[in-house]
Amino acid sequence: MNQPELVIIGGGPAGLAAAIAARKAGVEDLLVLEREDHLGGILNQCIHNGFGLHTFGEELTGPEYAARYMARARELDIPCYTGATVLDLGRDKTITALSPDRGLFQLKPRAVILAMGCRERPRGALNIPGFRPAGVYTAGTAQRLVNLEGKMPGRRVVILGSGDIGLIMARRMTLEGAKVEAVAELLPYSGGLQRNIVQCLQDFGIPLLLSHTVVEVHGQRRVTGVTLAQVENGRPIPGTEQYYPCDTLLLSCGLLPENELSRQAGVELSPVTGGPVVSEELETSIPGVFAAGNVLHVHDLVDFVSQEATAAGENAAAYLRGEAPAGEALPIQTGAGVRYTVPAALDKGRTGPVTLRFRVDRPYKKKAVVLTAEGQPVLRRVRPVLAPGEMETLTLTPAQAAACRKAETLTLSLEEVSP
Amino acid sequence: MRKVSLTCICCPLGCPLEVTLEEGKDPVVRGHTCPKGHEYGRTEVTVPTRTLTTVLPVPGGDPAMVPVKTAAPIPKEAILPAMEALKGVTLTPPVALGQVVVRDIAGTGVDLISTREIPVK
Ligand SMILES: Cc1cc2nc3c(=O)[nH]c(=O)nc-3n(C[C@H](O)[C@H](O)[C@H](O)COP(=O)(O)OP(=O)(O)OC[C@H]3O[C@@H](n4cnc5c(N)ncnc54)[C@H](O)[C@@H]3O)c2cc1C
Repeated sequence: MNQPELVIIGGGPAGLAAAIAARKAGVEDLLVLEREDHLGGILNQCIHNGFGLHTFGEELTGPEYAARYMARARELDIPCYTGATVLDLGRDKTITALSPDRGLFQLKPRAVILAMGCRERPRGALNIPGFRPAGVYTAGTAQRLVNLEGKMPGRRVVILGSGDIGLIMARRMTLEGAKVEAVAELLPYSGGLQRNIVQCLQDFGIPLLLSHTVVEVHGQRRVTGVTLAQVENGRPIPGTEQYYPCDTLLLSCGLLPENELSRQAGVELSPVTGGPVVSEELETSIPGVFAAGNVLHVHDLVDFVSQEATAAGENAAAYLRGEAPAGEALPIQTGAGVRYTVPAALDKGRTGPVTLRFRVDRPYKKKAVVLTAEGQPVLRRVRPVLAPGEMETLTLTPAQAAACRKAETLTLSLEEVSP
Repeated sequence: MRKVSLTCICCPLGCPLEVTLEEGKDPVVRGHTCPKGHEYGRTEVTVPTRTLTTVLPVPGGDPAMVPVKTAAPIPKEAILPAMEALKGVTLTPPVALGQVVVRDIAGTGVDLISTREIPVK
């Protein structure tokens, strides 16, 4: 093939949707690089159902959702190199990659879409005292072992962290015959989706211990048990320690966008999301480098990953056509209760609707999400429940977006709802 | 009259539902935001069902495990018996997406189908 004009790094749902959208928007020479032997990303190990309700109106499993996009990419003849790991991304968009059948190779596309997904916060970052015996896994690693390799990491399990992967693995390990003693969560609420708390824990009578953490891991060669304690203000409360015998400790303590390559390239990253700071076009601080999916900010719903990546693909195509004249950036300030927004700014030169995604800083009941331009509310939506574990979406109509673009200041915040 | 509080599991919204049960009457669901939620509220208090997803070995396949699901939700109590019935079951590649791999799992009348295409390695 020719030197591709557009290279997409990562062949998960974000990379595939971006590639499909770019091809449909007329980009002929494009290439997807995926380091695993199969396309589909994390979806291949997410064998549970609950994917695609928004996109396809039915509940699919992860592999089924991925298969739909893989089929579409095949129909459109989109070239994908699997087993190809990108080692370096330069500021000038030079990509250095390695694959067993092609060796080391370089590409110099005019545009790049970052779609590398995220990875789990490793144990080292968690600072659990005690030895480092075998039997401590991240929940995602356990998921991979059980679902893709058919290997059980252990028989008696304690899970630290109530993120979705931890909850999903509590059920998965139980179904495969393990005894899950408890899921401990440091915070006073779970970061996982409600449906997972119901379906994965309550269905099987697995206790969820909120405001609890692991204070000690026992065992020298293999885990023999853990001590859990209740926490207050982030510190264990003396006297609340309880010993749980187990052979396996799974850690589900959050995901971090995978941005080694972005960092090498000098892409500006957000300290809040861990992903690139992007414009309304989902373009990073390097012109022609776009980002979408979990590499941009961690998503809980794959449907939104696909939507975001579709926009990134279309915008990359517009960039390649020399369109997308980025106007002045209008930053979106985060007010009370809002941790971040993606995009982080609107483009004053654009027209049309806007999709804003954001997360709140803690659980709330009945709050109004308010977007104010110049102190005047442009959009106000009352939400019955808001949780940090569930990404929120706000869609601005072209008229609302136009009102925002004219403003000098823009703020998204949560406000009280008068009863 | 009895009221049951539930969290809807149909989608990640997790709507808080309240189902009112009264002798000889249809359950009354409140708090749902879509028809699926309404249906969930009704069945969850009468016959709770779940879709079972798991994996089965496919020696010689690429990869050598195939993810599977029940073609329709099965009663909640049938989940563990279904897992028991799958012990020792292995498949031969290739496996097509949507292929029935086990008929009438654990007497539920529901088939178990593949959710990924597994070619021969
Ligand atoms: C355990 C779990 C459960 C989930 N449950 C649900 C659910 O029930 N419903 C739902 O809608 N969503 C769910 N999600 C969320 C959804 O699956 C993810 O948000 C989505 O898969 C993210 O897509 P992505 O393409 O951004 O990342 P990924 O799927 O992670 O894909 C990134 C790809 O990039 C590749 N890559 C990374 N670095 C390089 C490199 N240097 N060179 C080449 N390739 C590279 C990786 O190998 C990978 O294939 C779940 C996620 C997880 C982890």
